[in-house]
Amino acid sequence: MRAAAPRYAPNDGVVDLATSTLGDMLLHAQDKVGEVSLFVDRERLPQALAALRDTPGLEYQQLMEIAGVDYPERPDRFEIVYMLLSLTRNHRIQVRVNTDEDTPVPTVTHLWPVAGWLEREVYDLFGVLFAGNPDLRRILTDYGFRGHPLRKDFPMTGFVEVRYSEEEKRVIYQPTDLPQDWRNFDFLSSWEGAEYVLPGDEKGGAVPQAKGAHTTADAEKVQKAATQESPQTPPKASDSTYAKGGTGKPDQTQQTGAGQPHPGNQPESKPVDPDVIPTKGEGHNQ
Amino acid sequence: MTDVREAVDPAVARKLAVDAGEHDPAGDVSIQNYTINFGPQHPAAHGVLRLVMELDGEIVERIDPHVGLLHRGTEKMIEYKTYIQALPYFDRFDYCSPMCMEHSYVLAIEKLLDLEVPLRAQYLRVFFAELTRIMNHMLNLGSHVMDVGAMTPNLWLFELREDTMNFYERASGARMHANYFRPGGVRQDVPLKLLTDIGDWLDTRLPQLFEDAISLVADNRIFKQRNVDIGVVSRDDAIAWGFSGPMIRAAGIPWDLRKSQPYDAYDRVDFDVPVGTRGDCYDRFMVRVEEVRQSARIMKQCLQQMPEGPVQSLNSKVSPPARADMKRSMEALIHHFKLFTEGFHVPAGEVYVATESPKGEFGVYLVSNGTNKPYRCKVRPTAFSHLQAMDFMSRGHMLADTTAILGAMDIVFGECDR
Repeated sequence: MRAAAPRYAPNDGVVDLATSTLGDMLLHAQDKVGEVSLFVDRERLPQALAALRDTPGLEYQQLMEIAGVDYPERPDRFEIVYMLLSLTRNHRIQVRVNTDEDTPVPTVTHLWPVAGWLEREVYDLFGVLFAGNPDLRRILTDYGFRGHPLRKDFPMTGFVEVRYSEEEKRVIYQPTDLPQDWRNFDFLSSWEGAEYVLPGDEKGGAVPQAKGAHTTADAEKVQKAATQESPQTPPKASDSTYAKGGTGKPDQTQQTGAGQPHPGNQPESKPVDPDVIPTKGEGHNQ
Repeated sequence: MTDVREAVDPAVARKLAVDAGEHDPAGDVSIQNYTINFGPQHPAAHGVLRLVMELDGEIVERIDPHVGLLHRGTEKMIEYKTYIQALPYFDRFDYCSPMCMEHSYVLAIEKLLDLEVPLRAQYLRVFFAELTRIMNHMLNLGSHVMDVGAMTPNLWLFELREDTMNFYERASGARMHANYFRPGGVRQDVPLKLLTDIGDWLDTRLPQLFEDAISLVADNRIFKQRNVDIGVVSRDDAIAWGFSGPMIRAAGIPWDLRKSQPYDAYDRVDFDVPVGTRGDCYDRFMVRVEEVRQSARIMKQCLQQMPEGPVQSLNSKVSPPARADMKRSMEALIHHFKLFTEGFHVPAGEVYVATESPKGEFGVYLVSNGTNKPYRCKVRPTAFSHLQAMDFMSRGHMLADTTAILGAMDIVFGECDR
């Protein structure tokens, strides 16, 4: 991995140990982009997390975060991701379960009290229910808010807006009224965003021409291809095409004045005009 | 008989009970717990925090923090922005330490892109992250001592904070919302004069003013009475409640992501991780004091070690071209146009990247689906887990201690409520 992201203990053997520990609670595991994810059975999530916390060799003592992700096209549309951190082994892992709007996920507040608010947040923003959470109120949105704003089918502009009404002398809610429709441009190139496959591109998942270019390959594939292609080298200053500092052809730049502040607008480069009376360094109005 | 007593009104029921020979409670003074609102507009709440407190006299029985009054739906908005457009939102999470917020985000993008960062850019990011840490701690230490009654140190520390914001402005053009880090490096190189000025500041003004201000409170009897043994958190509690940063270090656990999971150039610099012994508010305060000294140490090492070179990735799909090149090179012009309309594409994948922000572990869970916009960007705020512990940390303490506990937690609501 060449990115400068945080470097924790290697993932070697974690998947194997987790597989043997969790048994059939584990649906499948993956190790992508340097991060291990365990997909576990929703109903036995607390047992699985307790095992991950208490088994020697795994020891994920801290629950740092619970994130919800909405995939409306899936039958179980919500993915709930638990980020675990091991202080003793210096390792991170993600545990995932899937659920839909109606099926509750068992709570883990008895394992980590911090899960209380984290579950409240997922409930508030996605509408995922957590069975057994003793205090499943909304947390981030307004008192009396309706809907779950981070679902993909919730519009970004929302449904109501709030303002102080001078007539009623109180804060009122009213339907959102935008002076101009909210516009969302995707700016994707029409030939790159297409659903169909262009002739000659059938292999699919080809690595991009450069980092940041469009690709159908996922991050794991890109990373692997880059590692095989060339080992990590320290960046060189000189081989830049036009990055900072690498002007390439300095002579030409001087001639054109490109890159200099206000080319052609320097006092000494201006032609002398006899009609212009030079100032004494102050404004004419002084 | 009991049926009648439940059905009738309480006064009648009491009369019936007295008639039946029970003790008459009419003359007793009945003391009830009462509930007060702390905030949402309270100077010691450090933002819009509403604490619903149940008090027994002046003893706190229960605290129910209500957050979300500053919720702006940032995570939703990020889903509709390209990766670069979403970057300025991160300054507005923890607006007391803006560049550290950007740090997690750009590292997450770089991890998905598998993008190399030039060494000078890594040093610059570490350098400014540490400057940000000083900036944040100046505010927190100052307001903490003011919450417990001291005035002068706050004014002196704000002088230093003002200095750091001036350095911010000279590097990025903005005093607070810098928008300086970029995927692949930083926006622009800093002038040499700025680095020498910061070096001078680290050698002269910072130690003088900072040590003066801290000497007023560190051994002060009143300050200690207000902080020692207040809000004690044990190691096990700190782990179970998901603490991080100075909060977990004050509880005696030497855990610092800069040390244990180094990112950027943190593995090339030498620094110490201070830990507390008792886990009280005083320890949290002193851990931050020592972190300021260590940050200055890291910054000095950065100044010594920082090499010359590019400050942005040389990949033209991710980094914008120089202005001068756009005048000459057609390709540079196209890249510039595509970068600032379409943006770059991030290959599909999911990463959770957490860095050591001044307040603790600030994480970004970034889900990409291969397009130019994040599919989901979940921010892991430090304040969420810390503020949640407010209830058990304050229980049994006096009402006035809650401000000390809150001040030592270092909560900022831009980040907590997102």
